[in-house]
Amino acid sequence: MQRVAPFFLEAAWVTLELAVLSTLLGLTLGAIAASAKLYGNVVFRSIATVYVSVIRGTPCLIQLFILYFGGPQIGINLDPFSAGVIGLGINIGAYMTETIRGAIIAVDSGQMEAARTLGLSKFQAVRKVILPQAARLMVRPLGVNINAQIKATALVSAISVVDLTYTAQRYIGSTYKPFEMFILAGVLYMVIITLTGMIVSWLNKRVAIQ
Amino acid sequence: MTDAKPFVEIRQARKCYGDLEVLKNISLKVNKGQIIAIIGPSGSGKSTLLRAINDLDPLTDGEVWLEDTQVNKKLPHKQYENHINKVRQNIGMVFQHFNLFPHLSVRENITLAPKMLKGISDAEADRLAEEQLEHVGLSDRIDYYPSQLSGGQKQRVAIARALAMQPKVMLFDEATSALDPELVEEVNLVMKRLAEEHMTMIIVTHEMAFAESVADRILFMDGGVVVEEGPPEQLFRAPKHERTKEFLAKHLRANALAPA
Amino acid sequence: MGLDLTVVPPFAGLILQGALWTIAITASAGVLSFFGGIGFAICALYAPAIIRYPIKAFAWLFMTTPLLLQLFLIYFGLVQIGIDIPAFFAGMIGLGLHFAVYNSDIIQTGILAIDKGQHEAGRTLGLSRGQTLRKIVIPQAVRDVVPPIGNNMIALLKDSALVSVIGVVELVHASQLAISETFRPFEFYLAAAACYYVVNLLLEFTLHRIERRIALTR
Ligand SMILES: Nc1ncnc2c1ncn2[C@@H]1O[C@H](COP(=O)(O)OP(=O)(O)OP(=O)(O)O)[C@@H](O)[C@H]1O
Ligand SMILES: [Mg+2]
Repeated sequence: MQRVAPFFLEAAWVTLELAVLSTLLGLTLGAIAASAKLYGNVVFRSIATVYVSVIRGTPCLIQLFILYFGGPQIGINLDPFSAGVIGLGINIGAYMTETIRGAIIAVDSGQMEAARTLGLSKFQAVRKVILPQAARLMVRPLGVNINAQIKATALVSAISVVDLTYTAQRYIGSTYKPFEMFILAGVLYMVIITLTGMIVSWLNKRVAIQ
Repeated sequence: MTDAKPFVEIRQARKCYGDLEVLKNISLKVNKGQIIAIIGPSGSGKSTLLRAINDLDPLTDGEVWLEDTQVNKKLPHKQYENHINKVRQNIGMVFQHFNLFPHLSVRENITLAPKMLKGISDAEADRLAEEQLEHVGLSDRIDYYPSQLSGGQKQRVAIARALAMQPKVMLFDEATSALDPELVEEVNLVMKRLAEEHMTMIIVTHEMAFAESVADRILFMDGGVVVEEGPPEQLFRAPKHERTKEFLAKHLRANALAPA
Repeated sequence: MGLDLTVVPPFAGLILQGALWTIAITASAGVLSFFGGIGFAICALYAPAIIRYPIKAFAWLFMTTPLLLQLFLIYFGLVQIGIDIPAFFAGMIGLGLHFAVYNSDIIQTGILAIDKGQHEAGRTLGLSRGQTLRKIVIPQAVRDVVPPIGNNMIALLKDSALVSVIGVVELVHASQLAISETFRPFEFYLAAAACYYVVNLLLEFTLHRIERRIALTR
């Protein structure tokens, strides 16, 4: 146990990085796709719709495989960690699109008109007026999403990112102590989930004050 | 009307919610075939008293009897559950909000309990459902779901469901007060018909005219006590107590103001 | 190397067989997660503390760790203590239990949301507490939560891809077998993704039909 502990801690850090980076990427993609769906022309709307439908209709694992193993075939060569972040980000982005779209709709529709009368372009209005307000409504659903996202990062062990699950798997093989390894990895997942949960609820409070 | 042995009897009922005494030493005797209407202001304890009769809201003190059986007998938990489930089969209850089972058809609403508790066959159960629905004038709705019925129809099905257990006494807790005015009459008619068949009934109601027309005896409750009781002519035409007079005056005024 | 989708058809049989196994494991784990969810929900709400708390702890464990890790533990871990379950069943149990825990949460909320009047109506007719739960409360609660449970079933279909890592020859694993012969990951993973997409559409369609049918009984 003590011998493997450092490796697990390092892996936990990788898992946390994956979760945070992919969530940020997902947020960005989600905001773009949601805006495209609501305010875009036919082309942007269709692209966003297909993105959401295809990503939500297929397993994340397959998406990672296509990106990591299939990518080189069409000239995309990524290291496992980058493939993990990008793959997970694309995946979560599709799910966040709906959350963000809901938040945008909930922001008073008069806001768009008000911004346009001031002379802002549609794009400027979305970026400067609508999204910042919608962001506040999203903190809570985001908390639920990030919790799921931390667990979802385990998938990248299948494209050989040395995260917690990969590490547990590796040492289950070499130590023949599956329960201990499972518990060690499990505890670390719980710690990460609990910590991020606390950060999100702290954010929630701050947003509520504003 | 003064039978020696009461059919339903409540002896010195007390009910407390924490420090709040909701029923204060109430006694009541109901003879077989008698119809009692309980009236009184909101919060006076009418529902609590009614629901004590089948032990939905157990009394803090006092006894409830149905014929020779004490309803709220002190028994170890398991035995008590068996006992009360048997007793409740004899006490039909109709609620303000119908409480039909929305996932079951009208037929299934009526036959669920008889099938489970009396072990009757499907054919018998079907006959029972048809018979009871005819009684409340809803034969053509047997395969509908509650969501497809009007409020008045729902309440009539609820009455049919209770009657299907062949209860000895029926309890009504404001059976018509959740209904649109134009639907009240159809439910009242069913209750009147039951009265003509000499069903023993205890009816909590806000409808004075209905109480007067159907009940043998009226109980006026206020603040957890029975302030006054008597035959309808006397209680409505010549109330003795100041509180009864006040309550009736308020009610008459409210009714006079209400649109027809 | 580029894309060449003509490499796929020779392996169509293999991929389709994989799709069938995906459907089989999704369906069986789905059934397990549904009834398991009801069972857990009842225990979590009504069982005595000695059963309730272990079940809650178990549920918490399942909710705070990744499914993949759970599959590893069931498949490789149980062998260690002498329980050797075939991969398919290990996958079915892992997926089934994982989603049973999530379904249980939803069903508990559904049970608690059932109007008190429904309990009272049942008890007034003389039904016992257990009979009232079984015949009146739980059927309604389950019916009320069909949409979120349906979402879990859709998630389960996609998560069934994970059982490929413990060696179940479902869609992902079948495409990997094809890839090991052709060295064409992009085409075959794309083919697998297309299969998932179609199965997913069928599942969504079915769930939609079910929701429409039960609308009457609400
Ligand atoms: N579960 C409870 N906990 C605490 N107090 C309660 C509870 N149920 C009823 N009460 C109180 O008991 C009193 C009597 O209530 P009850 O429902 O019997 O009145 P009611 O005469 O039926 O009134 P209404 O005409 O509004 O139905 C009220 O003051 C009520 O607030
Ligand atoms: Mg009342």
